[in-house]
Amino acid sequence: QVQLVVPMAVVFGPGSVPRDLPRPLPFRDVQEMEISVNLRTSVTSRYEMRYRSTTGQEEAALAAATAREADAALHPLQDTTLGSLTMYVVPETSPLLPQGINVYVGRHRSALVRAGGSLAALQARLREVTQVMSFTASAIAAALSDRVPDSQLSPDARRDLKSSLGYEITFSLLNPDPKSHTVDWDIEGAVNRYVKPVLDKLSLVANFSVDSQILYYAVLGVTPRYDKESSSFLLSAHSLPHVINPVEARLGSSAASLYPVLNFLLYVPERSHSPLYIQDKDGAPVSTNAFHSPRWGGIMVYNVEAPASPQASLPLHVDVDMARVMEVFLAQLRLLFGLSREEVPPHFLLESPGNEGLADWELDHLLWAHTVENIATVSTTLTSLAQLLDKIGNIVIKDDVASEVYRAVASVQSAVTKLSLGHLHAAFQASKEAVTSSERAFFDPSLLHLLYFPDDQKFAIYIPLFLPMAVPILLSLVKIVRESRLRRKEPTKMD
Amino acid sequence: FQDQAEQFFRSGHTNNWAVLVCTSRFWFNYRHVANTLSVYRSVKRLGIPDSHIVLMLADDMACNPRNPKPATVFSHKNMELNVYGDDVEVDYRSYEVTVENFLRVLTGRIPPSTPRSKRLLSDDRSNILIYMTGHGGNGFLKFQDSEEITNVELADAFEQMWQKRRYNELLFIIDTCQGASMYERFYSPNIMALASSQVGEDSLSHQPDLGIGVHLMDRYTFYVLEFLEEIHPASQTNMNDLFQVCPKSLCVSTPGHRTDLFQRDPGSVLITDFFGSVRKVEITTEALALDRHVAGVESKFPEEELATEPLKYAEQLPVAQIIHQKPKQKDWHPPGGFILGLWALIIMVFFKTYGIKHMKHVF
Repeated sequence: QVQLVVPMAVVFGPGSVPRDLPRPLPFRDVQEMEISVNLRTSVTSRYEMRYRSTTGQEEAALAAATAREADAALHPLQDTTLGSLTMYVVPETSPLLPQGINVYVGRHRSALVRAGGSLAALQARLREVTQVMSFTASAIAAALSDRVPDSQLSPDARRDLKSSLGYEITFSLLNPDPKSHTVDWDIEGAVNRYVKPVLDKLSLVANFSVDSQILYYAVLGVTPRYDKESSSFLLSAHSLPHVINPVEARLGSSAASLYPVLNFLLYVPERSHSPLYIQDKDGAPVSTNAFHSPRWGGIMVYNVEAPASPQASLPLHVDVDMARVMEVFLAQLRLLFGLSREEVPPHFLLESPGNEGLADWELDHLLWAHTVENIATVSTTLTSLAQLLDKIGNIVIKDDVASEVYRAVASVQSAVTKLSLGHLHAAFQASKEAVTSSERAFFDPSLLHLLYFPDDQKFAIYIPLFLPMAVPILLSLVKIVRESRLRRKEPTKMD
Repeated sequence: FQDQAEQFFRSGHTNNWAVLVCTSRFWFNYRHVANTLSVYRSVKRLGIPDSHIVLMLADDMACNPRNPKPATVFSHKNMELNVYGDDVEVDYRSYEVTVENFLRVLTGRIPPSTPRSKRLLSDDRSNILIYMTGHGGNGFLKFQDSEEITNVELADAFEQMWQKRRYNELLFIIDTCQGASMYERFYSPNIMALASSQVGEDSLSHQPDLGIGVHLMDRYTFYVLEFLEEIHPASQTNMNDLFQVCPKSLCVSTPGHRTDLFQRDPGSVLITDFFGSVRKVEITTEALALDRHVAGVESKFPEEELATEPLKYAEQLPVAQIIHQKPKQKDWHPPGGFILGLWALIIMVFFKTYGIKHMKHVF
């Protein structure tokens, strides 16, 4: 069974050691929890905690003025292996954290936690922190979603992108009214400045390729409503699902690669439908003016200001503010991957990830989920391949298929071992190799069951050919046997 | 709105695919091509894009020398509706429509050189519509007059799809004679099946067109199409209405359906869950806060690299290797037991019947 090991260090700053510690510092402790997915599958999570007190350098760092500075100063002193966590405990009355905030989660893999009075309260807080920064039971269950019976899953469980070796991101600019607007977007510059840092950080998870296009005369499938009060056009929330389809046929998604495609569309409304706002369910306009669809991508509406004078010459030149656009698109990219910060308890303060797009511990989130998903996929694939071979006894397994299967089995075993040792990065790489090998083995074109005839079909073909031929042979055999029996009965008939 | 939102999430799929197969060729099977093309048009109208439709047709109607109206395929008499149009994208045409290709598309065991438009790239959140039409019998469906697919093979293909989670839910519609026999053997979960006739019954064609000279459509598909014409992407009609289409009075055969493998109640399954492509959508409530004064990362595409590699024609076949190859030494295997036994039997019978004295002539 799979065991997920998280190495954690709990570092007590000066004045924050609780009085009811069971043993003197430093000491180790292990907490295990079982996440049961269904009757036969369960995953155990094991937090190996090392309690110790701060070193001199860490104390100096914790004496900083704000939590952010402390976090930045502590970063070089930390354990930076993927999957590990470091928690610095500060006294309950420390000024480092703002009022009412008990936990500050930084950009890397560390958090600052208030001591909380007793060991039990501290441990409760630490558990909350691990739920936020590491994985939750529901995240693991979602990664194993195809083994969970339908009724038990929450509806948001299967919306995140599936683990894949690569993703293709396409940015499209839709200009339905080129007569009125000449839209210029510096997509290459924007990709270099804003998107590349995020994708570089995500490159551990998968390969990304980015392309862009401009589509003219591409209209949305829905006519927006004119609202007199705000003198603008509104798209209501329940008409949004029908917007994507007419556009999708023209997007030309990716004839080139077999990776899943994420489409990000920027729509500049026609002059006759400007300004266009998206309404949410309560009727209020959405601040980002954008919406997204799970496993597909996102659309943002970019309103162009009306020209100062009504006699301005058409077409208007529009320079798109790429920073604003990329802020929304990158937020949508995070949501598509399942990195949302909504279920955080109120007394937590999360540091914004800045231009990198996601914090280190969020990257760990993705790696945990994808590793577990990969391991589950490999075991399902290999099991069903074995069942196929059982069913069709005379299927021929080519040598390269056999070697891929061996490689997949070895890789998945190595991935499980590395997970139980706490080496998340190595486990993820092994699980990726395992998935590649097992998919190559399962989808090999030579394994088509049509190509292998079951035995009863063989009999059905050969019996009509051989049976008529066999009749005279059998009759002659019978005659021979009868003759030899007669001859034996009369041995003295020779004259 | 809350109800609609709940309904969207109830079905659990995020994308739709359609595999439409017409298994006949030749001019007198015009109606099968018209059937498939009409379903293709409905599915496109309701939102599934061409990239998500795998269309397999013999495609020999529109440019057939016997077609009095070239480049058209009509589905209504008096030539009301040309279903061929000018944006039909046929993925497998003519002799590529074989049982092997069909099973390869379904199971995904496709040679790596296959283009993306010919693949079924569904995942565990895809609802797939499979429509097949042609000539069939009890337990089989004829492909292009030269081979057939049995209901056992089809059920096994669906099981292979389920093992690899290549579908969330599957709707299988078949319009052939004795169509219900094709879904008898399904055993994978989440499959709903409809057929135009029961075992022992024939599906009949609808109306001949005197100008073209052949029957234009089959009855069951004709009435299914009339039913689909009233569906628009936002409609809430469910599957129970589809089961009532084409009663015996109109269809002469008795349409059948099978829902025991399907987990949801058919009354809660929308037609657009399979025939359309209604995407689940969420409002993006927050944006990231980016630091705008950041220098760009150097573009990683140095211009010079593109020009230095000389282009050359890719070696399709290693001709030099093949010509100079010595024939492979095949290992000699002794003949198997069956052949040996047969020959021993024949020789023994021969010599027993004709006498041992002939043996010396042999040696």
